[in-house]
Amino acid sequence: MRGADRSKNTQNLDKRVCMTNCPTLIVTVGLPARGKTYISKKLTRYLNWIDVPTKEFNVGQYRRECVKIYKSFEFFRPDNEEGLKIRKQCALAALNDVRQFLMDEGGQVAVFDATNTTRERRETILRFAEQNGFKVFFVESVCEDPDVIAENIVQVKLGSPDYTHCNTEEAVADFMKRIKCYENSYQPLDEELDGDLSFIKIIDVGRRYLVNRVQDHIQSRIVYYLMNIHITPRSIYLCRHGESDLNIKGRIGGDSGLSAKGQEFAKSLGQFIQSQNIHDLKVWTSQMKRTIQTAEAVGVPYEQWKALNEIDAGVCEELMYEEIQQRYPLEFALRDQDKYRYRYPKGESYEDLVQRLEPVIMELERQENVLVICHQAVMRCLLAYFLDKTAEELPYLKCPLHTVLKLTPVAYGCKVESVCLNVDAVNTHRDRPSNVNVHRTAEDALQTVPPHL
Amino acid sequence: KPIKASFVFGTQFKIFWIKTASRPQFTNCPTMIVMVGLPARGKTYISKKLTRYLNWIGVPTQVFNLGQYRREVLQTYKNYEFFRPDNEEAMKIRRAYASNALKDIASYFTKEQGQVAVLDATNTTRERRGVIINFAKEKGYKVFFIESVCDDPEIIEANTMQVKLSSPDYENYDKEEALVDFLKRIDCYKMSYVPLDEEKDRHLSFIKIFNVGSRYLVNRVQDHIQSRIVYYLMNIHVTPRSIYLSRHGESELNLLGRIGGDTGLSSQGQKYAKALAEFIRGQSIKDLKVWTSHMKRTIQTAEALGVPYEQWKALNEIDAGVCEEMTYEEIQATHPEEFALRDQDKYRYRYPKGESYEDLVHRLEPVIMELERQENVLVICHQAVMRCLLAYFLDKSEDDLPYLKCPLHTVLKLTPLAYGCKVESFYLNIQAVNTHRDRPTNVNVARKPEEALQTVPEHL
Repeated sequence: MRGADRSKNTQNLDKRVCMTNCPTLIVTVGLPARGKTYISKKLTRYLNWIDVPTKEFNVGQYRRECVKIYKSFEFFRPDNEEGLKIRKQCALAALNDVRQFLMDEGGQVAVFDATNTTRERRETILRFAEQNGFKVFFVESVCEDPDVIAENIVQVKLGSPDYTHCNTEEAVADFMKRIKCYENSYQPLDEELDGDLSFIKIIDVGRRYLVNRVQDHIQSRIVYYLMNIHITPRSIYLCRHGESDLNIKGRIGGDSGLSAKGQEFAKSLGQFIQSQNIHDLKVWTSQMKRTIQTAEAVGVPYEQWKALNEIDAGVCEELMYEEIQQRYPLEFALRDQDKYRYRYPKGESYEDLVQRLEPVIMELERQENVLVICHQAVMRCLLAYFLDKTAEELPYLKCPLHTVLKLTPVAYGCKVESVCLNVDAVNTHRDRPSNVNVHRTAEDALQTVPPHL
Repeated sequence: KPIKASFVFGTQFKIFWIKTASRPQFTNCPTMIVMVGLPARGKTYISKKLTRYLNWIGVPTQVFNLGQYRREVLQTYKNYEFFRPDNEEAMKIRRAYASNALKDIASYFTKEQGQVAVLDATNTTRERRGVIINFAKEKGYKVFFIESVCDDPEIIEANTMQVKLSSPDYENYDKEEALVDFLKRIDCYKMSYVPLDEEKDRHLSFIKIFNVGSRYLVNRVQDHIQSRIVYYLMNIHVTPRSIYLSRHGESELNLLGRIGGDTGLSSQGQKYAKALAEFIRGQSIKDLKVWTSHMKRTIQTAEALGVPYEQWKALNEIDAGVCEEMTYEEIQATHPEEFALRDQDKYRYRYPKGESYEDLVHRLEPVIMELERQENVLVICHQAVMRCLLAYFLDKSEDDLPYLKCPLHTVLKLTPLAYGCKVESFYLNIQAVNTHRDRPTNVNVARKPEEALQTVPEHL
């Protein structure tokens, strides 16, 4: 996860399979409004979530910083000498920052987001990568469907800083002329001429793919991910199981059933789902009683995923925080110091959870409308993926009981609607206390424990 | 197959709990995978490997190889003339057994609960593929084509040498004659070969593999299983290599006859680690990767090798839940019913608060995928884990898997060969306890303790 530094007290010599032994430069290719930035941002979010430090470098942004005010498409005309000079400078500035990120800042993957439509420009990048020892993987998006292009323009171009001073018609007209500026010199990746390069060509938003010379594990994972994402409108509903018997007692983990309030929530959830009139909804639960019982009340077929089970608290399973403080005060403090990487003795860490949830995320990407009934730590991990949260933020995301989050992809991100179903429940959220020192007092440790029976 | 969970409370219903669908469904209607390509392009290699992988991850799959149907009908193979496109009589026969294969596929889906059928044949004309597509449409099956295109004469010759010349077809030929005949056979198909076309066949779902994986064209992936198949095909390779599987050296808990836990090596175990290092050096393996689990005993074993190694949490031993660190005698004393249920269905049985072999396979899938991508690898793991990995490479069923023999202090060297895997077993001559418990004769929950403990190996 971004920003997750090794804790000083790492209690495990954790080494992951090396995704790649030299940095990788992903280079987008394609005319404007072909989804390059959408793909760049999404891929970056996914790679960071699976713990591959990744950053995107959008050349358009560099151009905006250089040329403060965008006047019109004329800037992009192929015969505009001044424009060409500035654009080349911006590209080189971005490559410079790429080098810094990959060499000096511990980055593993950099996504160079620009049109890169000529072989000449791509040659420049290849030489740059060779000089610095980076692997290059091209991601080209080819699309001629006018509806898709028009929708792109509406969703993300009209709101661009370039067009704040235009009305819709003017913006669309100008943007179409901008695309034209690139069309004549566009040299798509070719399976013969570019046969030695590593790339994926995405045709018509995923209807077809051409994949050439995948070099290593990370490229293989990237290809798999790109082949599973889609842009069909849909929503993902995330919620926890209804309040459980152990929740009421302030105990963590375990496999208890729903409390009376929990059962009430399950019924309300069923009604809420009915009222939403969702097309072809899939329902997923974990293999623990409390999520299954909640799903039963919704009344539609559901699938159980073991991967959705709550984080395993090992020796602390079914204990109250007060008991954990009493029996394992050192562990309790270490957890507060680095909640993302801390692993319960004989249990799991959030980091482990992310790894086990990866197939769930992959399948969520493939699916359309899905309701996931899961658990607090699991929901935090899933939410962090969709909302691009860091390793520091993830373990403290607020996921209260009896609340449904509706996530709808929009533009480059995700719209979140929070629906509280108005059934009382205990609070199970424990904030990070101010004192995380191993020598702290019991009161300091238990400062943020929510009330319970 | 209904997915809805039939959850019931209470231990008396434990037996039914085991049968509940525990995995998300890969596909909701049967899928036909149809191979396409000239002879000696790796179709059978891909068919068999893919089938092995799908069965291992729990998707019932079977190969239907038309060459086999032909051999059953014709009994003896004369020569390439049978495949000449102007051989009317042969054409009739070929259409007939192709049609039988389709009938058998339908029967596999409806009567044997199969989910995926792989039709391994050349299927090189649009006409033939049309027949298959219509058949599938009629029955409601999904179709996914896998085409292998290769022009490299070296690869084709290597294929021919490895698998064709030893085919039953060429039993009575000498090598040169066989090669000549086979090349004429390929020629018979070349004239009428119409590869899948990205324009004309754009409505079909397919993957075209060029030159053994340097390039792929993927069109219209319809669902999860097709996506997994594409991912798998894009990760396998044919570069010669070997995979070495071994357990950690004997551990302290092994000596005490206790299962699970996270102890270090016993003195014999440490001797094994040194012996393993010597053995590996002796093998002179190019660019060897070494993988361990996160548990002490595999890490300590790897340390003795003196080379870098990677730790995979996914390689950790099966979690025995409430039975962790117990002896079998203690399990019988404290959980006699669980013990019996495990013997009844060792593959699916899940220790309370623990895992099943089925769970293990699921968690090992990324390891298998990465093993496919890699070349020479030494995996130092655990008994149940090694059984799962071995079952994948040697195509063992769910019934056989939990009883595969994986003794301590023995290295298995697996080398892909033709359509399967050559196995060489190296016992490094360091004494160790036996940890293999066979299925006892009596698996009834009402059995006596002696019957339950009948097959427990000796320990301190």
